[in-house]
Amino acid sequence: MSKFNLLTRGIIKENPTFVLLLGMCPTLGTTTSAINGLGMGVATMFVLILSNMAIASISGIIPGKVRIPAFIVVIAAFVTVLQFVMQAYTPGLYETLGIFIPLIVVNCIVLGRAEAFASKNSVSDSAMDGVGIGLGFTLSLTVLGAVREVLGSASLFGFKFMDGDGMLAFVLAPGAFIALGYLLVLFNKLKARIS
Amino acid sequence: MEYILIIISAVFVNNIVLSQFLGVCPFLGVSNKVSTAAGMSGAVTFVMAVATLVTYILQYYVLVPLGIEFMQTVTFIVVIASLVQMVEIIMKKISPSLYQALGIFLPLITTNCAVLGVAILVVSKEFTFGGEPAMLNMAQSVVFAIANAIGFGLAMILFAGLREQLDLANVPKAFKGMPIALITAGILALSFMGFAGLV
Repeated sequence: MSKFNLLTRGIIKENPTFVLLLGMCPTLGTTTSAINGLGMGVATMFVLILSNMAIASISGIIPGKVRIPAFIVVIAAFVTVLQFVMQAYTPGLYETLGIFIPLIVVNCIVLGRAEAFASKNSVSDSAMDGVGIGLGFTLSLTVLGAVREVLGSASLFGFKFMDGDGMLAFVLAPGAFIALGYLLVLFNKLKARIS
Repeated sequence: MEYILIIISAVFVNNIVLSQFLGVCPFLGVSNKVSTAAGMSGAVTFVMAVATLVTYILQYYVLVPLGIEFMQTVTFIVVIASLVQMVEIIMKKISPSLYQALGIFLPLITTNCAVLGVAILVVSKEFTFGGEPAMLNMAQSVVFAIANAIGFGLAMILFAGLREQLDLANVPKAFKGMPIALITAGILALSFMGFAGLV
């Protein structure tokens, strides 16, 4: 598979959110606005690329039986690095995303790519895969965040386009499930139309 | 009194799945049948209570005295992963019937963010239960963990019951499977919002 294919398949064909339905907790929990969704996506992409590269380069020396715990420790180390970086440069976003930053450790997307792709492929391919899947995740989170922000607080990326508050339920928990449900319907429809 | 408040708050008002979005993966993944949902909740309750107790002790007696709180994420996930493994081995030895019932769910629990989430929450957030905002003490933490696990179980079993009915319903093709399940979960979450302000 060419590098370009690796990069693009994460966005539509193997989109982690809309096709594979992985990493649902941060998807639903952090997308109260487009900016938060974007921030969470980029944070996850950071860990995903670094952990994919690290695991691809050391997978030869990890015994098969303990590979899952070993992968988790590698991922946890990069999450700790990310926590330091975010505390230093984006303290506001770090506060908003809260517990979902340390929870990247148990995000099924990161562990899933480590097990399914990075442990069997070269470092450069794994990095590309990390970028592709990370972009797909970031895009889906930004779209979901944008939909919830438009409906819930009548603004987009923080700019209010209308007076009033919008439907508060879309910023709260129920709106997350419902908005994602309808986005999935839309995605299924579009995919059926294309193929 | 504060224990009752903790339980009501964790089970109904701030339900871990439906209002805090922790443990959504198993909530959507293994909720096709009521029996599997109940099995999963049983396993989660056990692991969550023990994991919270162990990580609480580690945080306050190892990480804080040594000044290495930044190792929290790494330490906690290693503790949870090994704990799950240990529970599996012990359960197999002591109670094979329980192992038969819960065994297949145990490996899944390592990556259940509800377990790590609750462990991190109790050592990083201040709660108000009928008084000043304060960090939970050890007994309160364990009660909080068990209450959250009950909340997880409640949401799982309710949702599994709904999905069993949903299988028989005639839904449009594009809505089949996950989309309609998510919308149902949204309505369930909406009904749980009715508990807001109870505590």
